[in-house]
Amino acid sequence: MSLLAFFEWLADTPWSVDLHESQYAYPIIESVHVWTMAVFFGLAVMFDLRLLGWTFRKVPIPEFNRRILPWTIAAFVIMVVSGTLLFFAIPLRSYQNIFFRLKMVLLVLAGLNAWFFHARVYPRVIAGPDDGVTKGAKGAKIAGALSLALWIAVVFSGRMIAYNWFDCDRQPQPDIINFLTSCIPAAAEP
Amino acid sequence: MSLLPFFQWCYQTPIGAAIRDSTWLFPLIEAFHLIGLGLTVGAVLIVDLRLLGVGLRRQPVAQLSAAVEPWLLGSLALMLVSGSALFLSEAIKCYYSFPFWVKMTALLLALVFTFTVRRRLTQTSVASDRSLLGRATAVTSLALWFGVAWGGRWIGFS
Repeated sequence: MSLLAFFEWLADTPWSVDLHESQYAYPIIESVHVWTMAVFFGLAVMFDLRLLGWTFRKVPIPEFNRRILPWTIAAFVIMVVSGTLLFFAIPLRSYQNIFFRLKMVLLVLAGLNAWFFHARVYPRVIAGPDDGVTKGAKGAKIAGALSLALWIAVVFSGRMIAYNWFDCDRQPQPDIINFLTSCIPAAAEP
Repeated sequence: MSLLPFFQWCYQTPIGAAIRDSTWLFPLIEAFHLIGLGLTVGAVLIVDLRLLGVGLRRQPVAQLSAAVEPWLLGSLALMLVSGSALFLSEAIKCYYSFPFWVKMTALLLALVFTFTVRRRLTQTSVASDRSLLGRATAVTSLALWFGVAWGGRWIGFS
């Protein structure tokens, strides 16, 4: 079964249809998604700014990590759950949306960056001579800059999912767009 | 006196018209508005979590407040500029939108509270660790900013 067929099937399940057509559930879930995004993004950026040394220079990186990361993770979990529900409400259209695809790629990159930082860079930060107080390892700055850029790009692409400029049911589109969205346009009327 | 003529004038400004006529401008400005929202929330939360005694507890409130100040002001400027542009493009819709008025009221209160009561408390650090005053200030601040975020999101649904 192809992903396309799977999402076609998912879009026709009663729960997906109910959520899609609901008067309140969908806007409420979308609001939760935006609000938790603000908390997640805001706190993640504050941590990035610390890693870059652009502010909070007196706060040791380990303390920032220990005291702020749990809040960041909590917001992230709610954001992912609400985001999954939003996808579940409109699976096929989201799957074929170019901005949704871009966002997923960026999310993976942001996740890899976060993983690399916590697995490889952070241990060197705490092992450093100053315990991460004044400045972190060089890698910390790179991780902070990448995180900042990637999350901003995630927010931008996420916002654009709402627009149908490149949707499969809006033809003609350039071939490259239809390729990137796995769209096979319906044959033109003879 | 009704504010409607003023809103109609806003709607007809060249900036408002340019945003309405463009496919990309409104979404693009809105994305910047969202980035500003996140930055503001982050800058506010760092201090408010500290006041609630659950964030960076070992750091003095005044120091954290000073560290986020430029980012708070910068993000608020980004929000006001991008928000004003969005407003000009749909001023008449906003006039008839209940969430818009909720948002503007909450925004006014949040700004006044942030730059009077909260600023005085955080800059002077009169609040001892996790004092009732500090907690009440943090809760009020978070509630007001949530009112702004609620109204903002709901303008789009109304």
